[in-house]
Amino acid sequence: MRLQFILSEIGIGLRRNLSMTISVILVTFVSLTFVGVAGLLQTQIGKMKDQWYDKVEVSVFLCPANSSATTCSSGEVTDAQKADIQSALDAPEVKPYIQKVYFETKQEAFASFQKQFAGQFWASAATVDDMNSSYRIKLTDPTKYQVVADVLSGRQGVEQVQDQRALFDKLFLVLDRATLLAGGLAAVMLLAAVLLITTTIRLSALSRRRETGIMRLVGASTVFIQLPFMLEGAIAATIGAALAVGALWLGVRYLVTDWLGSSVGWIPYVGTGDVMTVAPILVAVAILLAGVSSVVTLSRYTKV
Amino acid sequence: MGRHVIRFENVTKVYARGARPALDRVSLDVERGEFVFLVGSSGSGKSTFLRLVLREERASAGKVFVAGKELSTLSSWKVPQMRRQIGAVFQDFRLLPNKTVFENVAFALQVIGKPRHHILTTVPDVLEMVGLAGKEKRRPHELSGGEQQRVAIARAFVNRPSILLADEPTGNLDPTTSLGIMRLLDRINRTGTTVVMATHDDEIVDQMRKRVVELNTGAMVRDQSRGVYGSDR
Repeated sequence: MRLQFILSEIGIGLRRNLSMTISVILVTFVSLTFVGVAGLLQTQIGKMKDQWYDKVEVSVFLCPANSSATTCSSGEVTDAQKADIQSALDAPEVKPYIQKVYFETKQEAFASFQKQFAGQFWASAATVDDMNSSYRIKLTDPTKYQVVADVLSGRQGVEQVQDQRALFDKLFLVLDRATLLAGGLAAVMLLAAVLLITTTIRLSALSRRRETGIMRLVGASTVFIQLPFMLEGAIAATIGAALAVGALWLGVRYLVTDWLGSSVGWIPYVGTGDVMTVAPILVAVAILLAGVSSVVTLSRYTKV
Repeated sequence: MGRHVIRFENVTKVYARGARPALDRVSLDVERGEFVFLVGSSGSGKSTFLRLVLREERASAGKVFVAGKELSTLSSWKVPQMRRQIGAVFQDFRLLPNKTVFENVAFALQVIGKPRHHILTTVPDVLEMVGLAGKEKRRPHELSGGEQQRVAIARAFVNRPSILLADEPTGNLDPTTSLGIMRLLDRINRTGTTVVMATHDDEIVDQMRKRVVELNTGAMVRDQSRGVYGSDR
């Protein structure tokens, strides 16, 4: 009896304020879509970091025969300078950050250069002596690049220390900014959603003042009086969240997986599975939103 | 629970700071099964009295006991439980226009979580008692004022409260219809329910010959068993 009664009350309330209900659904839909986009962007960054940071190395390019760099004034790197660099890498303050070091001779560099740019007319002009021999250093933690760079930069025989990670950081910066933008829009829309839900519940409570007045009079409990209003807001918000999840799913499925995935294939993209990970969060945010708004409103409009 | 279902001990109610009290140090006992008329001109404090009993308002000073409980110390989540022992009817009936007679009465039981079979047996009984048998499917606007008030009384009484409060229940009705309503309230009173009725209607008070409590600008000026409306001071 109770459940059936509460459900019919909710139905009446939702229908009576149909346009308001729809606007609540739409606003939560849009705001939660932005929340979801922010979440997915961060997931995307995480995925790329996982894959790329695993592969990135710090390259220590050694002086070739004719370099203009000041650290290369003595000509091509000597064995003594190499031994010096090697011992610097073995020093106890650097050692723990280094996972693996291997040495690439200029012959090897030349071979991979030729392979990579085979068929380019300018590649055939290069000689072995134009190549740098280099130390390729794999770090245990790719973010600790600075430690190695500080030790090796400016050392005699080292032409340049390059962190491959720097190449990606620009992209990550763009994605981080996009996350901020999406997050900011989400915050504004969420505020609008809270205000709208508050107004909707207030209107609903006012339009049913007669009923709630009688309910109070005959001794209905506060929870019983307020529950239909709370559920009304929660249901509308949850529908909005469901729409947001649907939109994100379609977006990821068709824009990312089908379109981006087929045109730029070397990046690990977020998938529809990631949308499903974000989904419960969105629903939780929606319910929290509606819950907070209704508790605040109802404590003022349906007093015992 | 003692003999007194309602007990006021030096109760004062001030709505706005500095204003004249709506009730001024009123002390009163109403015993179980009594029928009490609350008379006095508009603004004398009759409605405030009833609102204090329902705990729609709290006393500014003094103590109000209803069914043995002191209301100022009653926590607010227990108020609904307390109100289930009180039925209330008003001058404006307060029916739900889009519900039928049956639904209006059933509503009072639904919202306190009574099971369906209980509602299906109790509501027809009480409708018959108030003389509305056969009109279950009508809506309030299809009924006369007297019939609407009967629906309101049925709703107030359907949960068998120990107290029935009536705030000028005949205020909108003609004398003949009012008499019918009074007979009904008298019948309810004879089932053991305490009835407190605020009224302006001198004819009714004079006819019924029940206890009369008169309020004047918040103060109790008369408490007379088997009294009449007009003051005989």
